Amino acid sequence: MKVILTSQGDSLDAAMDARFGRAAKFLLWDSSTQAVSVVDNQQSMDAPQGAGIQAAMTAIKQGANAVITSHCGPKAFRVLQEAGVKVYLTKAAKCREALQLFQDGKLQEASSANVEGHWT
Amino acid sequence: MKVAVASGKGGTGKTTVSLALAAAAETPCLLLDCDVEEPNCHLFTSAEPWRTEGVDVLVPEFLGEGCDGCGSCVRSCRFNALAGFGRKVMVFAEMCHACGGCVLACPHGALREIPYPIGRLEFRHAEGFELITGVMNVGYAMAPPLIRQLKTHLPTSGLAVLDCPPGTSCSMVTSVRDCDFVVLVTEPTPFGLHDLRLAVETLAELKLPCGVIVNRAEPGVPLIHDYCQEAGLPILLEIPLSRQIAETCSAGGGLLDACPDLKEPLQALLAQTLPGLLAGRSVAS
Repeated sequence: MKVILTSQGDSLDAAMDARFGRAAKFLLWDSSTQAVSVVDNQQSMDAPQGAGIQAAMTAIKQGANAVITSHCGPKAFRVLQEAGVKVYLTKAAKCREALQLFQDGKLQEASSANVEGHWT
Repeated sequence: MKVAVASGKGGTGKTTVSLALAAAAETPCLLLDCDVEEPNCHLFTSAEPWRTEGVDVLVPEFLGEGCDGCGSCVRSCRFNALAGFGRKVMVFAEMCHACGGCVLACPHGALREIPYPIGRLEFRHAEGFELITGVMNVGYAMAPPLIRQLKTHLPTSGLAVLDCPPGTSCSMVTSVRDCDFVVLVTEPTPFGLHDLRLAVETLAELKLPCGVIVNRAEPGVPLIHDYCQEAGLPILLEIPLSRQIAETCSAGGGLLDACPDLKEPLQALLAQTLPGLLAGRSVAS
């Protein structure tokens, strides 16, 4: 499966970006190869509105089955849910830590957005 | 004559001046409350609406049939109001600027336009003038379509006063556009002056003539006068800083209830000063 983590940097050692829609970077982790690639989220960063919707579409286009982040707004959640992408929320500071929690089955799937739109 | 009352800074007295102009007018006057996010002219009249009109914009609806997932609609929207994946498009109507672009962009007829309610217009027979208030729905953020609908009720002749939203963004521009004259209400504070400058610059872009009313004017505080002199702007009226005016307005009264002496200068402003400035302008240009 493919998992997206919201990150402030280019590797699993980077800090998590707490925001989904306006996350600096997406790290795409592939469970079959254990490979990590960096996905640009600049388009959403620059969007005057609808960053969450844009970011959700980016995640879907990458073929992600799940998203791991700290905060997900209502519109992004709706799009991800509609496309069958699961959302996992974590307070982990580092991406590697978050991924480990996920692999250990310690992250619970979110059933709704956990912040309002325009959360910063 | 269409007179817009604007300010730049909020809370300078646009509504107070708009209501006083409408009440003082010697000819029939229509007052439009264009501050649709927070309309307040109606708070100063006991009249209930005799008519209410809903205002919609047209937003896309995804029909499904025909969609081949080409993504043309999603790419055409610069406001991210559409999300698409596979052969599915999700519409976020509250983000939509109602441009209709996505419906045109779809080569397969998989989208159509449907009405989306954004607010209402309320019509009141107020004391001495007619009032139409634009009221935007809570949760909706785009005022211009509602203001444009409100302005379709402007008469082709006669006097209309438009109480405009504060600031200098789209909603203010939409309100003042096509008016004959803009009365800028300000106060003699650095903040008032700062935002007055912004409003004057905006109106210069729009090529709209304007003049200034100094509210809460105090003797010996010349900063607005100095600026107006420098910018070549007429000072149309000064309303003194007065506890009595504040108390009267707080109790739901009007400026003229507190200061009946201002009625004549306001009438002169509408009947002579503004027509004179407009005539001079057309001669000059």
